[in-house]
Amino acid sequence: MSLAKRIIPCLDVDQGRVVKGVKFVNIRDAGDPVEIARRYDQEGADELTFLDITATHANRDTLIHVVEQVASEVFIPLTVGGGIRSVTDIRNMLNAGADKVAINSAAVVNPYFVDEAATRFGSQCIVVAIDAKKVSADNEAERWEIFTHGGRKATGIEAVAWAEKMVRLGAGELLLTSMDRDGTRSGFDLHLTKAISEAVSVPVIASGGVGSLEHLAEGILQGKADAVLAASIFHFAEYTIHQAKEYLQAQGIEVRL
Amino acid sequence: MAFVAVIDYGMGNLHSIAKALQHTSSNDDTIVITGDPKTILSADKVVFPGVGAMRDCMQALTQTGLVEVIKDVALTKPLLGICLGMQALMTTSAEAPDTECLNIFSGQVLKFSDHLHDSAGNSLKIPHMGWNHVEQKVHPLWQNIPQNSRFYFVHSYYVQPEALSCIVATANYPTSFPCAIARNNIFAVQFHPEKSQTVGLQLLKNFLSWDGTVAF
Repeated sequence: MSLAKRIIPCLDVDQGRVVKGVKFVNIRDAGDPVEIARRYDQEGADELTFLDITATHANRDTLIHVVEQVASEVFIPLTVGGGIRSVTDIRNMLNAGADKVAINSAAVVNPYFVDEAATRFGSQCIVVAIDAKKVSADNEAERWEIFTHGGRKATGIEAVAWAEKMVRLGAGELLLTSMDRDGTRSGFDLHLTKAISEAVSVPVIASGGVGSLEHLAEGILQGKADAVLAASIFHFAEYTIHQAKEYLQAQGIEVRL
Repeated sequence: MAFVAVIDYGMGNLHSIAKALQHTSSNDDTIVITGDPKTILSADKVVFPGVGAMRDCMQALTQTGLVEVIKDVALTKPLLGICLGMQALMTTSAEAPDTECLNIFSGQVLKFSDHLHDSAGNSLKIPHMGWNHVEQKVHPLWQNIPQNSRFYFVHSYYVQPEALSCIVATANYPTSFPCAIARNNIFAVQFHPEKSQTVGLQLLKNFLSWDGTVAF
């Protein structure tokens, strides 16, 4: 009788389609976002996350339309991220039916945007997305830094301190992606996940690298994540959400079944 | 056929709740998002949602002239409070100790303490966010909802009414707290039925067909 760990399928949307690549190359088409969202809801997804991977104007309008359609028939929390840069962007997404927005690069450019957004809309709908990459050598103490632009641009900001700062400014939740692992299917960066999760008081969603159900369990048990996010293992129907939850339950993890 | 007003006082996203009510209602129900006192007072049923901070909430209600409207509704027609809309029904809140709340239920709004731990010793995060079991007590709005169903929560504060008899559900984080309260024509929940999939929609459906009486 306690809070369930959440499984959150992630839909990367480009030009109205769900796509998935490995380290942002070899992009494969995975289908229509509304149909996929409906399927995940029926399979028992705890929330859905939509990421606009190009964040162009045209793509933004398409994504708003997708969110509107999904929100009128799927009644679980919806998070939208990718190119959220202004209070207007947030309001448009919330009006379309999103419950939370994920802020990434805009927080790096101006950390006080998170404060403004949380004051305006409430912390409960402000997720800060953190893309981190390991920068320490193998023989050094582990250290990660924040990267933007899909992992291409270094910022020199240390990840754990950044996470703490984002929470102080009003982030209600953190979406943590290991850029070393994203798309590799080799599992979460568990040390990174644990370091961040133990440093902050708000829930942490682990992301980047899930290739098997074991990886989901590791993220929760070893990484101490409150929720796990994955894309490709669900999109190509390797596993259903339900199978993933049954597996987690068998590992002693509380899930909503 | 019911005319349902969702109270709009500028606190948060009302589209989710309106969409969920629309989805679950019969075709001849009318769901309106409104901040207009007359419209709210003429409705058959009223939903009082809300997210954000208590001080802003009470300020917005005062500025829009809705304090007396909600107190009137609370005496006369089925009223569903959700999240901050539930908390605002209490006397005071630890979130804004100098702010008077609506005092429709005697009691306080308390904050989850920092440094909570689960039975395995893991520290618990605040806000309490996600799907948690809801243990029902007898009330007509739980009809067709299995006991201990999971609903979606996101909050850092919870209500503690003085009269334990008005508690109609509890949840654990890690200890028991009231997550639904009711009296006569009023029902209020801490979780988000509009985001709680099948069981949430069922609760909204039950509210839409509820006459506001509590017959056992």
